[in-house]
Amino acid sequence: MSLNSFWFIIIAVLWIGYFILEGFDFGVGILLKVVAKNQPERRAILTTLGPIWDGNEVWVIVAGGATFAAFPEWYATLFSGFYLPLFLILVSLIVRGVAFEYRSKYGSMDWRNRWDNAIVVVSFIPALLWGVAFANIVRGVPLANIGTPAHIEYTGGFFNLLNPYALLGGLTTLFLFVTHGAFFLALKTEGVIRDRSNALAKKTGLVTAVLAVAFLSWTMISLTHKTLVVVGSAIVVIAWLAALGANMKAREGWAFFFSAVTTAFVVITLFSGLYPNVMPNIDAGGVGLNIFNASSTPYTLKVMTVVALVMTPLVLIYQGWTYWVFRKRINPNQIYKPEVGVLDSINL
Amino acid sequence: MNPLSIARWQFAITTVYHFIFVPITIGSGFLVAGLQTAWFRTHKEKYLRATKFFGKLFLINFAIGVVTGIVQEFQFGMNWSSYSRFVGDIFGAPLAMEGLLAFFLESTFLGLWIFGWDRLSKRMHLATIWLAATGTLLSAYFILAANAFMQHPVGYEVVNGRATLKNIFTVLFQNTAVSAFFHTVPAAFLSAGALFAGIAGWMLIRGRDTEVARPVLKIGLITVVIAFLVVATSGDWSARVMTKQQPMKMAAAEALYNSTSNAPFSLLTVGSLDGSRPVFSLGLPSVLSFMSTGDVNGTVEGINDLQKQYEQKYGPGNYKPNIPLAYWSFRLMIGLGALAALFSIALLWMTRRGRELPKSKWMVRVMYALPVLPLVGIAFGWIFTESARQPWVVFGLMKTADGVSPQVSGGAAMFTLVSFTVLYGILAVIEFGLFFRAIRVGTEKPIEHKENDKPLAMAY
Repeated sequence: MSLNSFWFIIIAVLWIGYFILEGFDFGVGILLKVVAKNQPERRAILTTLGPIWDGNEVWVIVAGGATFAAFPEWYATLFSGFYLPLFLILVSLIVRGVAFEYRSKYGSMDWRNRWDNAIVVVSFIPALLWGVAFANIVRGVPLANIGTPAHIEYTGGFFNLLNPYALLGGLTTLFLFVTHGAFFLALKTEGVIRDRSNALAKKTGLVTAVLAVAFLSWTMISLTHKTLVVVGSAIVVIAWLAALGANMKAREGWAFFFSAVTTAFVVITLFSGLYPNVMPNIDAGGVGLNIFNASSTPYTLKVMTVVALVMTPLVLIYQGWTYWVFRKRINPNQIYKPEVGVLDSINL
Repeated sequence: MNPLSIARWQFAITTVYHFIFVPITIGSGFLVAGLQTAWFRTHKEKYLRATKFFGKLFLINFAIGVVTGIVQEFQFGMNWSSYSRFVGDIFGAPLAMEGLLAFFLESTFLGLWIFGWDRLSKRMHLATIWLAATGTLLSAYFILAANAFMQHPVGYEVVNGRATLKNIFTVLFQNTAVSAFFHTVPAAFLSAGALFAGIAGWMLIRGRDTEVARPVLKIGLITVVIAFLVVATSGDWSARVMTKQQPMKMAAAEALYNSTSNAPFSLLTVGSLDGSRPVFSLGLPSVLSFMSTGDVNGTVEGINDLQKQYEQKYGPGNYKPNIPLAYWSFRLMIGLGALAALFSIALLWMTRRGRELPKSKWMVRVMYALPVLPLVGIAFGWIFTESARQPWVVFGLMKTADGVSPQVSGGAAMFTLVSFTVLYGILAVIEFGLFFRAIRVGTEKPIEHKENDKPLAMAY
């Protein structure tokens, strides 16, 4: 296997990691006010994310950095081309991080409600937009040469990205992440939150199934010659049915596991559809970016391969350990003095 | 404004804003780890309270550092796509390494530290804060190595109009990167030390939590003084490296228009309106020659001569950076850092052998000023080193004007510039509000709970 293909796989792995991990973060954020009916419940919900959300978010930073290092032309064309959607995602990630850290700092209900509303909105936006972005990449976008033949730019503008296929992709990731988040909450909490999450996942899980089948069928039809897309889509469907089945039988660990597998195979399917391109042209005859013309030199790829092979297992081990340390379910009753914020004090 | 100026403003605003929070994060990560180690070793309650109190401040600050860091990483692609294409083969590597080695370490172990108080053994919990702090150092190194490539490109070869990597070790360990690391990291300790000292001093003057504040004041002030000595030494080294690699930057820093031996260090220089010659100049004889070459008789090249040299080498064009900006930001960087060190020495003297701080209004003002001085100094340091490299984005290889994204319209760039700036402004207000609130609340006394209704030590 060439290093270019290897790095294509590494980038896919990073996105798989990101969507599995921050996918449920987004879902939990969106469900914050649906599943919780009062402040202690909301705090319990957010506490399930507390120790891990920041580490989860690093996956997207590394995915961005690795794309920059391994496929600079892809990084440059994609990030400057999808300018406004990425801007919206960035604003969302900024507000999300701050909202998590600041909401409990003091007890005013207005203060908390405002941050909670913000969390719902800024979890919703990226959950939708990442799907839109990836669907557009797979579908192909308007690209053109600028100056030299090696220099390829996105020429489509903003509204070009809002086509029906991409929007369907966005809805698919949105509902997938919401359900994935509900499975996570069911696994990580006790009492009412657990019950409500389990019940909710049944409904959103069905919607996800319909959307995913529609989206993947559309993908298969437009990429007719790709066996891997068909296989990947089949695994997505099977894994999702397994997740829904486990949910029915109240096997929360398995439900979450299978929704993680589903998320992974959605990414695998899309990347299989893409390969060996990284940003194809919507016009089949036009110029496009692939793992060769978008890549760094073999030397840089070799350097980065060494770094990735050493570091990725290490990261997986210590991140995995974090999940083990915080494996206990959280009960809203455990939230100490829910009306008091960290920075509230009697002597104020 | 054209897209280029908008992209430059956005980069400048994001970077300077991001770097208010970064030095505090780096420095206070280690200081909090030190306080917790003191508690671990001595079991004295005051160190536990100090750890939790300053840990809280550290986290309030950390949040904004993280989220603005994401913008830093993405804006190369968004606003500077031509730059990213040109240097991606080299510049992307340290960025990806930073993510893999540093960001994962920082974020994961900080999460363990925040929520792990009652889940991990004391020793393990202490290890998490040290690992998170180590992550911040690694992060600093990689990003400074990436920046060093922009200041002084090495280990590369231009092939088909793209800079390609020839040797990663040359890029990572060139003296520009190493000297920048030993200049920037101690500066971070300086600002964190000043922050801790300012807060502790304020608490002492107000008579709050004095048993906690007293040792922290000492620790903070000593950190400032030691860090300043390192910053000054590495600054001297950096200046020599810079004079050799980017003589125009040194000449601009000194507003030295014509090449001079026994060059003076300018105390005040006023240039003519067209920026080609000095009108008035007052300086310390030979000091600049010594600073930049290590010899009082050394010749320092002037702006006008360098301009001529560069025209011959790189073709016609203006190779002068904004000279008043370089001149003043260089002086403010040094002056504000030194002032913080002077204040700290004076405060150490005043509190020697258990003496009390005078409880005056002026003393309170000193405590407010102490943390601000180094942070503003650092901001000017970055403004200096980035603006005085202009017109280059990668010195000698690519001009800033050629690095901007060609497909991003002025309108879109303006929209994101305004939005980010407004968002940063709002977040700053909230951040400072929480910060002051946390300081007013003060340290917590440990609460005892019965084993079976033990609440979570930390919940959102």
